[in-house]
Amino acid sequence: MPLRDITLDDIESLAVGAWILGTGGGGSPYLGLLNMRVLYKEGYRVRLMPASELADDDWVAAVSAMGAPLVLQERLTDSRTIARAVELIERHTGCRFGGIMALEIGGGNSLQPLMAAAHLKLPVIDADMMGRAYPEAQMTSAAVGDLKPCPLATVDVRGLESIVEKVPTWKWMERISRKICVEYGSIASTCKAPRTGAEVKKWGIHGTTTKAIAIGHAVREAQRRHDDPVAAILSVEPGKILFRGKVVDVERRATEGFLRGRAKLDGAEDDRGSMLEIAFQNEWIVAWRNGKPIAMSPDLICVLDSVAGEAVGTETIRYGQRVTVVALPPPPVFLSEKGLQHVGPRAFGYDLDFRSVFAA
Amino acid sequence: MRRIGIDVGGTNTDAVLIDEGKVIRAVKAPTSQDVTTGILDSLRGLAATGVLKGRQIDAVMIGTTHFVNAVIQRRNLTKVAALRLGMPAAASLPPFCDWPEDLAAVVRGGIWMVEGGHEYDGRPFMPLDEAAVIKAAAEMKAAGLKSVGISAIFSPLDPSHERRAAELVAEVLPGANITCSCDLGRIGLLERENAGLLNAALADLARDTIAAFEQAMGESGIAAPLFITQNDGTVAEARQARRLPVYSFASGATNSMRGAAYLSGLQDAMVVDVGGTTTDVGQLKHGFPREANSVVEVGGVRTLFRMPDLWTFGLGGGSHVELDPVKVGPISVGYRLLTEGLAFGGRQLTATDIAIAAGMLVLGDKSQVEHLDAATCQKVLLEAARMADEAIDRMKTEAGDVLLIAVGGGAFLIPERLPGVSRVIHVEHGDCANAVGAAIAQVSGECDQIFKDLPRVEALSAAQAIANDRAVAAGAARATLKTIESEDMPLAYLPGNSVRVRVRVVGDVAAN
Repeated sequence: MPLRDITLDDIESLAVGAWILGTGGGGSPYLGLLNMRVLYKEGYRVRLMPASELADDDWVAAVSAMGAPLVLQERLTDSRTIARAVELIERHTGCRFGGIMALEIGGGNSLQPLMAAAHLKLPVIDADMMGRAYPEAQMTSAAVGDLKPCPLATVDVRGLESIVEKVPTWKWMERISRKICVEYGSIASTCKAPRTGAEVKKWGIHGTTTKAIAIGHAVREAQRRHDDPVAAILSVEPGKILFRGKVVDVERRATEGFLRGRAKLDGAEDDRGSMLEIAFQNEWIVAWRNGKPIAMSPDLICVLDSVAGEAVGTETIRYGQRVTVVALPPPPVFLSEKGLQHVGPRAFGYDLDFRSVFAA
Repeated sequence: MRRIGIDVGGTNTDAVLIDEGKVIRAVKAPTSQDVTTGILDSLRGLAATGVLKGRQIDAVMIGTTHFVNAVIQRRNLTKVAALRLGMPAAASLPPFCDWPEDLAAVVRGGIWMVEGGHEYDGRPFMPLDEAAVIKAAAEMKAAGLKSVGISAIFSPLDPSHERRAAELVAEVLPGANITCSCDLGRIGLLERENAGLLNAALADLARDTIAAFEQAMGESGIAAPLFITQNDGTVAEARQARRLPVYSFASGATNSMRGAAYLSGLQDAMVVDVGGTTTDVGQLKHGFPREANSVVEVGGVRTLFRMPDLWTFGLGGGSHVELDPVKVGPISVGYRLLTEGLAFGGRQLTATDIAIAAGMLVLGDKSQVEHLDAATCQKVLLEAARMADEAIDRMKTEAGDVLLIAVGGGAFLIPERLPGVSRVIHVEHGDCANAVGAAIAQVSGECDQIFKDLPRVEALSAAQAIANDRAVAAGAARATLKTIESEDMPLAYLPGNSVRVRVRVVGDVAAN
């Protein structure tokens, strides 16, 4: 089997690249990175397997942490907890997993499958179900593919365990699991419904771990050589620069458990004299240039520190930062009519017809 | 008010006397190995001018880089017992897990993790395991540890577990130096714990350094309360600074900016502080430096200190100058300027030599730099101005022209006109701005907390009351308190209306 060893340097790059693919949300990968440094020091190793190598009847565990990034800042992350969520689903359903994949490659959740895989001695499958970060459970390729949403396992570090056995839709899964998560203290480690190899091959978004590593590697190399990190990202990803400028206003409000708001940018260099406004719901969703929409979900809108090239999050963006806004192409699964129903601008309350930055 | 401000820098110890809002005299003395001698020399320098006669001195405020240097150079640090209350969470990320190994090897005396801590909404995460705390304390005692850093999950919201654990440890280890992470503020367990551990590691050095300050004061015959300046431009009474030395980590740059505000009379402006080797650019808001929002690393350790948001680059009076092509810095002769600079008989062309050749400075032996023609000098000065301009533009937070105050010993490198700057202000005593900043420091209090289901206005006023009480506890006069920062941040994914509020207030030092 063409399994590839993931080196610690790959993981350092993954943390940088996943934060960029987080499109402003997804939480910082720092705690997952720290855990992986500790695990690698103790001799644990993780291998990466392309989704195409899965047999149709293999079982794959899709994992993520759900909840408030702020709670993570205090409870931190214990690498064993996510492995326990996988074991709970195995005990409950009787299936034996052949690999572990990320639900969400953007942000901190990119590292969750690596922690589980290290403890369970399973390969990480090179795929996820978002290709970025999104705020809700129905905003996945699995939901677009109408795959079964249940059962879902949630565990917390104190040993609390619950299974959501049956729900009719992904929306219901979001509602019920969110309630459980809140009772746990607004953080839960989850293993989603087991996926077959056939399902992952058809509906998974392939190669995203490799992609995040490549983006992170490009940024880190550029930083080391004092080159332009944004140019380095565009050398490995077919993205487009939307805007360069300075943050001049940030407005935030919490509604229905989400961080919503807008950031306003004043143009610099070629964009001097223009304004860019970006709305967010945890992640960057729609960007308007001088009042005209120019980029929207599912295109990835990435706000980057103009000097370091690292991602700037919706929770941390602040007045005065020099940023470059880049669009990266979306996973094709979200471009269908059904895909756009799940993650297009209207799914976030913007009455806009999706038009991709990358449309000819 | 008659106050003396002292800045104990790496090279010089500066002292200034301020009386009724005016700088009466400023003096410089070389910093000494034992600290005491340098301070005494600078105080004697002041006394020799006769300005200390007459009315008594109301306060002496000292700023120092001693503590941060100890961490950066890994010396004079105490071994620390780390006690974390939060099991079973994060057992895989124990205290010291993200420290550079060489620093951890010096500071790490042992790690104990027991059950305890809280949730964001005030529920206990786990009940505090008191028996385990007592057992840990006995093991610390057996290991000969006398300095302890205690941290607990969400202790900024509910400090009761940390406080109780501190009591229990103190019963087993009477006289131990105990740092509770809740005294160091902010949300973020790892960073707050790191700050607590650094603080505990500085316990012995803080005791000795502040004793040296007090000894210098005693020998100088000045009977006035002693204050130590902190990272945020305020002061703490000496006994509080002895307890929380990490708060006095980076006061040098802050003092310069505060001094610049004072000497210029401006509350909102950019400040450029040109030293011998590097230049700091920062922004004053309401007379205080704007703080960095993100994680600040000290000696390779992540912390969430209140630190000014500065951009530092390699330009200073001692910067090496190359002429073809023109290059200024980042290498500098530093404190060896007076032996290595051309105008002082040395062999290295420096920025100061250029200023002497251009007739901007009267210093050293001008004949040594006469070969530098006006056009050459102009090119070098333009390059220095370009470097400053780039840094200033980077730190600007609003479009449009700004006021710029230039201070520090190398302030002559900042020209009278810069693009994007409406006016460049050079001030008298600007070369001692840091000691002036120390002399005028105020006392602050801060609250950074999550409030649930409170209207925004009530959450802000609750935070304000806490910040006020903390400022008064730190030595401020309540009547003089004013709010200088107030921000609220709604929290995603948390139920109800959870909002994180941060308020900071400052006031004048209360009269004894």
